[in-house]
Amino acid sequence: MLNSTVTELSDALAARKISSVELTRLFLDRIKGLNGRLNAFITVDEERSLAQARVADERRSGGRAGRLTGIPVAHKDIFCTRGIRTTCGSKMLATFKSPYDAHVIERFNAAGAVLLGKTNMDEFAMGSSNETSHFGPVRNPWDLDRVPGGSSGGSAAAVAARMAPAATGTDTGGSIRQPAALSGVSGLKPTYGVVSRYGMIAFASSLDQGGPLAKSAADLALLMNAMAGFDARDSTSLERPAEDYTRSLNDSLQGLRIGLPKEYFADGVDADVLARVSEAVRWFEGHGAKTVAITLPNTGLAVPVYYVIAPAEASSNLSRFDGVRYGHRAKEYTDLNDMYRRTRAEGFGAEVKRRILIGTYVLSHGYYDAYYLQAQKVRRLIAKDFTEAFARCDLIMGPTSPSTAFALGAKTDDPVQMYLNDIFTIPAPLAGLPGLSIPCGFDAKGLPVGLQIMGNYFAEAKMLGAAHRYQQATDWHLRAPKEAQL
Amino acid sequence: MAWEIVVGIETHAQLLTHSKIFSGASTAFGAEPNTQACAVDIALPGVLPVLNAQAVELAVRLGIAVGGKISRKSIFARKNYFYPDLPKGYQISQYEIPVVQGGSLKIVLPEGEKTIRLTRAHLEEDAGKSLHEDFQGMTGIDLNRAGTPLLEIVTEPDMRGAKEAVAYARALHSLVRWIGICDGNMQEGSFRCDANVSVRKVGSNELGTRCEIKNLNSFLFMEQAIVFEASRQIEVLESGGKIQQETRLFDTEIGETRAMRSKEDAQDYRYFPDPDLLPLVISEKEINRIGSELPEGPESVRKRFVDEYHFSMEMAFVLTLDRVRAEHFDAFWKQLLELTANVDPIARVQAANFAMMEIGAAMGRLGIAVEEILPDRLAVLIARVLDNTISHRIAKEVFSAMLAGEGAPDEIIEKRGLKQISDSGAIGKIVDEVLAANAKQVEDYRSGKEKAFNSLVGQVMKRSQGKANPAQVNEILRRKLKAT
Repeated sequence: MLNSTVTELSDALAARKISSVELTRLFLDRIKGLNGRLNAFITVDEERSLAQARVADERRSGGRAGRLTGIPVAHKDIFCTRGIRTTCGSKMLATFKSPYDAHVIERFNAAGAVLLGKTNMDEFAMGSSNETSHFGPVRNPWDLDRVPGGSSGGSAAAVAARMAPAATGTDTGGSIRQPAALSGVSGLKPTYGVVSRYGMIAFASSLDQGGPLAKSAADLALLMNAMAGFDARDSTSLERPAEDYTRSLNDSLQGLRIGLPKEYFADGVDADVLARVSEAVRWFEGHGAKTVAITLPNTGLAVPVYYVIAPAEASSNLSRFDGVRYGHRAKEYTDLNDMYRRTRAEGFGAEVKRRILIGTYVLSHGYYDAYYLQAQKVRRLIAKDFTEAFARCDLIMGPTSPSTAFALGAKTDDPVQMYLNDIFTIPAPLAGLPGLSIPCGFDAKGLPVGLQIMGNYFAEAKMLGAAHRYQQATDWHLRAPKEAQL
Repeated sequence: MAWEIVVGIETHAQLLTHSKIFSGASTAFGAEPNTQACAVDIALPGVLPVLNAQAVELAVRLGIAVGGKISRKSIFARKNYFYPDLPKGYQISQYEIPVVQGGSLKIVLPEGEKTIRLTRAHLEEDAGKSLHEDFQGMTGIDLNRAGTPLLEIVTEPDMRGAKEAVAYARALHSLVRWIGICDGNMQEGSFRCDANVSVRKVGSNELGTRCEIKNLNSFLFMEQAIVFEASRQIEVLESGGKIQQETRLFDTEIGETRAMRSKEDAQDYRYFPDPDLLPLVISEKEINRIGSELPEGPESVRKRFVDEYHFSMEMAFVLTLDRVRAEHFDAFWKQLLELTANVDPIARVQAANFAMMEIGAAMGRLGIAVEEILPDRLAVLIARVLDNTISHRIAKEVFSAMLAGEGAPDEIIEKRGLKQISDSGAIGKIVDEVLAANAKQVEDYRSGKEKAFNSLVGQVMKRSQGKANPAQVNEILRRKLKAT
C-alpha cells in the first residue's frame, strides 16, 4: 500500500479494499516511525487527520466520493491551514495558527482529501537544500547524509520515503522541481496564475506558484485537477475554463518535437546526470518524438536576475512580520524601533536576512534602475528566449539540476554555489512557464537524477502526457529508497 | 522688496465606497476598534489584495470632472516603511503612473476666476490609526481605517497666498461632494489637506525652498497655517537665513507650525510595482460611460448662471458651492422665467438674488434643507413680488409661512390678506390720514429735511400693514406734500 500511487489508492478506496481511516493510519504510523530521522514533517495532528478520514469514509458511504476523497496528502508548511499551525519553516511563525485556509487547502478539503501533516521547508521557501529551516534540515531518504533539495524538501522526502502518497509544494526558482529531482519523485510547477496564491505565504509574488509532488505524472494530473482553478482573491489568478489535467495522459508521442537547449547540456553538469537525461531523451526519440537543437541564450543571466527580483519582492513581502500583530515578538525592547530590530533579528534566520538585505539594497534610491529595473528587462529577454524556442518545439527537455543530492552542509557556507544549483529551474518561473521534473535513473552513488520537461504556457497536460508515456515504459519513478537505510 | 507666497496643495479624499480598496471589509466610520479589519487589512500571512472597482470608478469621475487625462493603464506600487498602523509594512499607492494626470480647477476670487492646474490624482490605501492614549503604557492600534480608499489630488504650485489656497480647497471640497466621490467630512478625516508653502521675491520665476504642512483639517486652520508659515519663512530669509526643506505640523492651540522631520530624515520608500496586482486597465468605453453618467459640474453650471441667466459671479459662486442647491435654484429659476416672461430681466435677477438670500437665511437660521423649499412655490412667490402683488417685506412673511407649512404662496397671501394695496384712492386716503396726524414732519419736510419724508413713508406703510405699494406711496405722498 505504501508504495502505491494515488491512482491505485483511489481505486482501492473506491473498491472498498481499504478505508480512508486505515490508509491514513498507515501513513501516520509510517511518519511516526521515520520522521525522527528524516524530519520531513514539522507538524502532524493525528486526531485531526483521522477525523478528516472518517468524514471521507462517510462521504464515500454516501456515494459522494471523488478521485481524491480519503487520500492522505501532506502540505508544505507554507500553505495556511485553519486549526493546525503554519510556520513557513520560521521561528517568526513557530506558533502561528492561521484563522483561514489557503485556496489550495480549500480545494483539497472540497475534494475530500485528508491533511496528513505540514511538511518541513526552507525558511520562507528560501533555500535549495532545506537546511535553512528553523526546524532543522530534512534528510534525503536515499542517503541520510545528503540534502533532499529545497525549498519543498519535506514534501519531496515525505513522498520519496513513502510517508505520504502525495504532497503539495511551491516553486519560486525551482522549489518543487529541484527537490523532486534530488529525492527521486515527480513534481510539477504549473504556469504562473494557474494555482491560486491566496493563503500561500508569499516569498516572491511574481514567481511563486503552488504545485503537486507525487510518485507519477498520472498522480500529478489528478492532484492538479484539485489544486488548479480561478480564485477571485488572487488578482494574478487566471480566469479560464477548468481543465482536466489527465486528458492527454495517453496521447501518442508521434511527431512530438523536443527541444534540447545547448545551454542545459554544457560544462558544469555532472556526467552521470547528463548521461541519464540523454538516455531518457533517446527513449522519447525511440518512441516517435523528434529532437530539435535549440538555444536559450540568456540562461546564464537567469540566476543573477532571479537574485535581484526574488529578494526585492521578498524584502517587501516579509515586512509584515514585525511583531506587532502576530508571530514572534522580542521579549525585551526599549522602544518601537528596538522592538522591530530585535523581533526580526531573532525571528529570521541567516538566509532570510541575507535576502532581505539584498532586496532592500536593490530597491534603494540610486540602485533601483541599475538592479531591479535592469533585472526586469533581462527577465523579458529570458521569456523571449522561450517564446522563440517554442516556435520550434513542443516541449523542452534537460536536467532539472546540474548535480544529484549533495551532502548536508556542503554548500551552506557558500551561498553563491547554492544559488547556482538552481540554474536550470530558475528560467521557467522567470518566464511564468510550467516545468516538470520526473525521475530518470540514478548516478553512480545510487542517487536519483531528474529529467526536466518544460512546456509553453498551459501545456501542463501535454507535459504530463509525455511524462506518463515514459513512466509507463520505465520504473524509475516507482523505485524507493532501501528500507534498511531509512 | 515684496515677497510672493507660493502654495501647492495635496488633498487626501476618502472615496465613498462601501468596502475597502483592496478588501471586502466595510469602510463605515466610527465602529469599535478593529471590528472592520479583515484578514487582508491586518496583513495576515498569505493574504492578497484585490482592487475595488468602485474606487477606480470614483477616481475616474474626478479625472473627467477636472478635465484630466485618464490613464488607460496605471500601476500600483508599494511604498515601503515600517509603522505599527501600517500592517503590511508597505502602503499600496500609485507612483509612476497615476490614474489621473493633469486637469485643472477654477477658483473664484474677488478679482475674478483663476485656474489652478492639477498635477495628478492617484489611488492609494489609508493606514490605520495609532491611539496614543494610555493602554497600560502601550500604544493602541486601530486598523478599521486601514485600507480605506483614498484619492490623493495634487496641484501645481499655482496658488499665491492663503486666500487662494483656501479658495482652491473649498472648490475641490465642493467638487468631490458634487460628483459624489467623497463626503467631505473634515472632522472625520474624509478630506485632509497638506500645504506646500514657499516664498520668493515678487518677479522671481524660481520657486523657493518649500515646507510641507501636514494634516490641515479645516479651512480656517489652513489659512492660519499658511499665513504663519509664510511669515516665518520671510522672517528667516530677511534675517539672512535659509529655509530647510522639511515637513511641519500646524499646532492649532498656538497657531504656529513646527518642524516634524527634515528632508535628511526622509525615508527611502523603495517604491516598486506591486507584483500582487495587475496594471489597472481602463477602457475607452468605461471612461465614456462614467463620463456620460456625471452630472454637469460646478464650473459649467456657474458659467451658465453667469452667461445665460446673467447672475453676478458672486451669486453664481455661492449657488454652485453645493450641487443640490445649484440644481434646486436652477429649477426655481426656470419656473420663474415661465411665470414672469414679460418682466424686466434686471428686476428678475434682483428678485432671484432676494430668493437666494432668503433660502440661505432659512438654511442657516432654521436648519432647513434646501429640498424642503419647493422650487415651483418659491417661483410663484417671487413672481408675486415681480408683479407687484406683494412687497419684498411681505414676501419674507409669506416665505416663513410657506416653510411653516401653511401652503402655496397665493393661498397664504389670500388667507392672510397680504395683497399689496395698489389702489391709488385707498393709498391716497391713508396718506391724507398720515399727513393730518403728523404736522411736525410735514413742516420739517417743507423746510428741506428729506429725512422727514422717509418717516412719513414709514408711517403710511405701517398704517397699511405693509401692504401699500411702496412706489405708489412715494409718488402719492410727494404729490400731496407739494399740493397742500
